[in-house]
Amino acid sequence: MIPLETFRVALRALLRNKMRSFLTVLGIIIGVGAVIAMVAIGEGAKAQVEASFASMGSNLLVVLPGSTQSGGARGGFGSLPTLTWDDLGAIRREAPAVRYAAAQLRSNAQLMSDDQNWATSVYGTSPDYFSIRSWRIARGRPLLDADLESAAKIVVLGATVVDKLYGAVDPIGQTVRIKNIPFEVVGVMEKKGQSPTGQDYDDCAFVPQTTFQTKIQGGLPKFISGVIFLGATSTEATARAQTQVTDLLRDRHHLDSGADDDFSIHNLTEMANAQAEGMRTLTTLLASIAGVSLLVGGIGIMNIMLVSVTERTREIGVRMAVGATPLNILLQFLVEALTLAVAGGMLGVALGVFAAGRLAAKFGWPTLVRPDIVVISVCFSGLVGVVFGLYPARKASQLDPIDALRYE
Amino acid sequence: MALIELDKVSKVYRMGDVEVHAMREVSLTVAERDFVAVMGSSGSGKSTLMNIIGCLDRPTSGVYRLDGVEVSRLDRRALAGVRNKTLGFVFQSFNLLSRTSALENVELPLLYGGVPARERHQRALEALGRVGLAERVHHRSNEMSGGQQQRVAVARALVTRPRLILADEPTGNLDSRTTVEIMVLFQELAAAGITILLVTHEPDVAAYASRVVVMLDGRVRTDTRQDPRQAAADLAAVRDEDPHEAAS
Repeated sequence: MIPLETFRVALRALLRNKMRSFLTVLGIIIGVGAVIAMVAIGEGAKAQVEASFASMGSNLLVVLPGSTQSGGARGGFGSLPTLTWDDLGAIRREAPAVRYAAAQLRSNAQLMSDDQNWATSVYGTSPDYFSIRSWRIARGRPLLDADLESAAKIVVLGATVVDKLYGAVDPIGQTVRIKNIPFEVVGVMEKKGQSPTGQDYDDCAFVPQTTFQTKIQGGLPKFISGVIFLGATSTEATARAQTQVTDLLRDRHHLDSGADDDFSIHNLTEMANAQAEGMRTLTTLLASIAGVSLLVGGIGIMNIMLVSVTERTREIGVRMAVGATPLNILLQFLVEALTLAVAGGMLGVALGVFAAGRLAAKFGWPTLVRPDIVVISVCFSGLVGVVFGLYPARKASQLDPIDALRYE
Repeated sequence: MALIELDKVSKVYRMGDVEVHAMREVSLTVAERDFVAVMGSSGSGKSTLMNIIGCLDRPTSGVYRLDGVEVSRLDRRALAGVRNKTLGFVFQSFNLLSRTSALENVELPLLYGGVPARERHQRALEALGRVGLAERVHHRSNEMSGGQQQRVAVARALVTRPRLILADEPTGNLDSRTTVEIMVLFQELAAAGITILLVTHEPDVAAYASRVVVMLDGRVRTDTRQDPRQAAADLAAVRDEDPHEAAS
């Protein structure tokens, strides 16, 4: 018997009991729907986390100076300047896995335009910093090496600061006073949004690091009174860059092999990976729960197929009498179970996509329906149909034609 | 040449500790084109005989040859093939697929025989025409009378162009008038060269066959040839008695 006919017969048998068929596959529908919706939400959340890590900068490492220790109270990383400008130069020259290196000096300051004022973080840095953080200029021009050399009194503002100080007015060319010193606004950074911890990236202002040291916050000229941002050559190279920089700094700081580092390096790629890993675990967990409900759905199919075989015993007998082989009968019921399960799987996909969309709209979550998950879900429900349909189908095919024909 | 050859065929069922001898060394030959009625009370072994000849069951001992082939040792799959190609069945309770059109019911054996769709359709229409149901091919089985349903069953039996049609009490659920109509059909098929084996317990029905085998306690008790009653003539007589029918 040709497959198409088998399928037609199966479809007709299922449509004959529409309500029953629907209730039978409800388990599969809910199972697949749950898988699709959960994975979509999980993937959406993962994409969001990845995007927010990416916004911090690609292949980012942050080197923090060591801690002060006075009378047993340890000040934490960054409290003692241990990183020198020479260290920064050495990293640039001698760590091959590091592509960019830039200092970031930071101070809180009140910024004043002609008629507004706003307290924000003022950073002193160099042009490489923006490459590390993959942060582009939106208007005007960025910091230039020439600005560093001349210690120019220019500033590049973050989008939030522009909004607070100037509103809709074009800030380029305006004068903003930082600690009462006039700076010329030369550029505005493009909007970057929030950090993974909810901090507003755009609430900031950038000045050349040389200007920062002389006009905003002094300090020991030899030391960097801030942190060093590093951009590794690639994502894979971040671990290598970390090792190279650690070895280099330990060597330069003359630390004995037993001594602790007088600095620390934060690897943000690793943090991002850890977070993504956590997401993946959660997604896997949700998917396995949904997988269990698929199995329960499969048992439902088996149950109803057994009922169907019993109900149609006489039909099976007739088919056998007119020449159906045991294989014909087996395939007929198997195809029926498969059709049921795959139809359930497809309805489940529709339900899942719909549910994910609704949840996303309601809670403002991003969702991402992965086509591979859709295909896998439908295939898996088909597999469930075959596995749980096999026993009833086998039972049908092994019926004795005489008994089947006599069955009332 | 003999179409059916049974040589000392026995069938023993085991029901718990009790052995039931349904058939005891039955030897029987049926020539091609014969119309045989098998009679006997219930428990006489006539149904078992029918099942074995119909390749639905296998004998415990003895040899059964159908059209020269020893089918008594074939496996389930091969038996299904024999049923499909060589045999046609007509049952007492019609056994049509419910809520399925006459046409599809008749196409069913061809489906399992691997006949292509077009030819299947053509042959099914032909068979339905032959049993006088050309007008009702799309009626569903539950929309037809008993006589019509049995005609569909006969069409289903002959659509594969079988050598042998096995009819198990085909008129058991029909009134006397429809019984005669079905017997007309069988006599037509016999005349067209199909061997017919008919199980019945009604002497009136057996009278239409040209040979009557009577079973008792698993053995053949009598085996007689007779001049068959002509069903067509009986039908004409019934029609004459009913002026309303004659007019239509």
